[in-house]
Amino acid sequence: MRRVIYLDHSASTPVDARVLEVMMPFFTEYYGNPSGMHAQARASAQALDRSRWEVAEILGCKPKEIIFTSCGTESNNLAIRGVAFAAARAGKGRHIITSACEHSAVTQTIAQLCEHFGFQQTVVPVDRWGMIDPADVERALRPDTVLISIIYANNEVGTIQPLAEIGAIARAHGIPLHTDAVQAGGYLDLNVDRLNVDLLSLSGHKFYAPKGVGMLFVREGVALLPQQTGGGHERGRRAGTENVPYIVALAKALKLAHDMRPTENERLARLRDHLIQGVQTALPDAQLTGHPTERLPHHASFVIPGVEANALLMYLDMAGICAASGSACHTGIAEPSAVLLAMGIPRQLALGALRLTLGRSNTAEDIEMVLEVLPAAVRQLSAL
Amino acid sequence: MTERGTVVVAMSGGVDSAMAAALLVEQGYTVIGIMLRLWATCSMGDNRCCTPDSMAAARQVAAQLNIPFYVLDYREVFRHIVVDYFVSTYAAGRTPNPCILCNERIRFGFLLKQALALGAQYLATGHYARVRRTEAGTYQLLRGRDLSKDQSYVLHRLNQWQLQHVLFPLGDWLKSDVRRAALQRGLMVHDRSDSQDLCFAGDNGDYRAFIAQYAPQLLRPGPILDTSGTLLGQHQGLAFYTIGQRKGLGIARAQRTYVVQLDPARNAVIVGSAEELGRDTLFASAVHYISGHAPPSPVRITARIRYKSPDVPATLTCLEGARAHVQFDWPLRDITPGQAVVFYQGDVVLGGGFIE
Repeated sequence: MRRVIYLDHSASTPVDARVLEVMMPFFTEYYGNPSGMHAQARASAQALDRSRWEVAEILGCKPKEIIFTSCGTESNNLAIRGVAFAAARAGKGRHIITSACEHSAVTQTIAQLCEHFGFQQTVVPVDRWGMIDPADVERALRPDTVLISIIYANNEVGTIQPLAEIGAIARAHGIPLHTDAVQAGGYLDLNVDRLNVDLLSLSGHKFYAPKGVGMLFVREGVALLPQQTGGGHERGRRAGTENVPYIVALAKALKLAHDMRPTENERLARLRDHLIQGVQTALPDAQLTGHPTERLPHHASFVIPGVEANALLMYLDMAGICAASGSACHTGIAEPSAVLLAMGIPRQLALGALRLTLGRSNTAEDIEMVLEVLPAAVRQLSAL
Repeated sequence: MTERGTVVVAMSGGVDSAMAAALLVEQGYTVIGIMLRLWATCSMGDNRCCTPDSMAAARQVAAQLNIPFYVLDYREVFRHIVVDYFVSTYAAGRTPNPCILCNERIRFGFLLKQALALGAQYLATGHYARVRRTEAGTYQLLRGRDLSKDQSYVLHRLNQWQLQHVLFPLGDWLKSDVRRAALQRGLMVHDRSDSQDLCFAGDNGDYRAFIAQYAPQLLRPGPILDTSGTLLGQHQGLAFYTIGQRKGLGIARAQRTYVVQLDPARNAVIVGSAEELGRDTLFASAVHYISGHAPPSPVRITARIRYKSPDVPATLTCLEGARAHVQFDWPLRDITPGQAVVFYQGDVVLGGGFIE
């Protein structure tokens, strides 16, 4: 079979062999429930503790501020609902500030709070690079604001938000700041104090851990109403037997990504820049979406006039190239992306979105292959 | 790419399109499976197209055949073209056939263009119909060999360009053989129910529930009158009635009573006896001829006035402005404005139009 060039790492990544190795014993050798009183349980509990320490070290937080979850979406749900309901219950208000470039795990959660639970939201705009102005966040503050939720780096266009500045504003007003850091995990600084964030969501499979595990940092002192109740797992904030092998995997994967970050980011950015330049040379009409410099190092995204994204993706797939149009959750939807529209990209143009996200397996030859196939694909499809 | 060329198969998750794909693979084509998402509601029965179940079924078949498979979202164009037509036709007191428009504009329109753009030479479907290339190099559309499953009626608006790029691998097959052949090949869809017409209208093709939900403006009650204008009862909206309908009128009369006319101007359902229902002539508009031009007429044909009604011998006279007149050899009870009348000579489809 022909080699497949995988350029959809923002959607998911393969499990790193080193990650797989450390998680495997927890399926068959150390399978005890961490809550138990015996040797098997102890082995699981110790692995769980160790994982929590490792993650906390990278985030620069206390281990007890880490809650393991099943995925990034769950982390976002727990953060937003947990803070919103706790604040409403305490009579602090029902106003949430968010942005126009959030993932649907955030937008849909807030939308439901507004629709069914009497919350109100202010959506701060983004500029043509998909960037939020922190001053807009400050202007949106109200006496009844109880939460600010701002994405760290956008999945569709890769723009990195000025989180620390937004966090400083939030802190000055005593409002908790949550960030959906799912796309940033493994690539950007996750130190919660430098970022001035109070809640931070991660998803394991974006940084070479398996699908089915995520994590939420909740700063000590932030009131959070649990959204899943039962036994007292995760300090009572997320009930359910801990998924030990996957949590071990997440911790290991995060540590590996953290250690590899300086060199790997540089390598990815070099390949990415070559890719962007090559695309723009071959297809002068193609327009880079997202910020030209303040963007994830592995992330290249374009809109290409006269081309329909799905047709392009099928063409690339048949040429052995795995690409995406926006977020994986939106694939197949002929509606243009709300994020691209919020950036002021015309509707028709937004239908021709292409996202190429690089990863550890990609080489310079891969990029050359894409630069060979992509312009031919665009020419054939737009000749229609 | 193989010598035979590349073909996109429109897959529905049903046994017919699965078998069509399997046959093309066996014949040596390079095959690409594409499923269209046409309608948004997911809570429909399991024999509906574009449900998660049928998507999974089609994806399984593609995996078994080792062909690429894509789901394309056509919901927006489908809503704009097919559903809007469906609703506006009912609003005008006529009875639509959305499958005809969907085939003409969506499947053999947008999808065919998509297929060609991908580098395919053909679009194939699991329809029971045949395409024949004449010695003159033109294309004819023929009934499927399995007359009980023949779908040429809903394909009668295809043109020469479309037919040139269309393959119907099941055209010479009997449905019973298709199921057996699918079973022999271990295709796991061999026992799935057939794809339904009116795919977007929910369980059992209940278009009434669909209208109640998506076009409630059509549910305007009005009078049920006899042909002399006597008030006999109340109807719940013209869209719930069709010409020739006898059941569900909610009126008691000594003789058998049928819907004979829908009158949108008076928002009235007109009922009458079987004799009042019968007509032996009709005019059709937006008439399309497969060959691209009207045949010399008057000409003897057989005509079908509904998808599932039998052929009736008739004389066709082609008129100006894409209209036509059809004189049947005997009166018919269910000539229904909005439905298509399709003209045949033997197995060959000449074309058709919409009943005025």
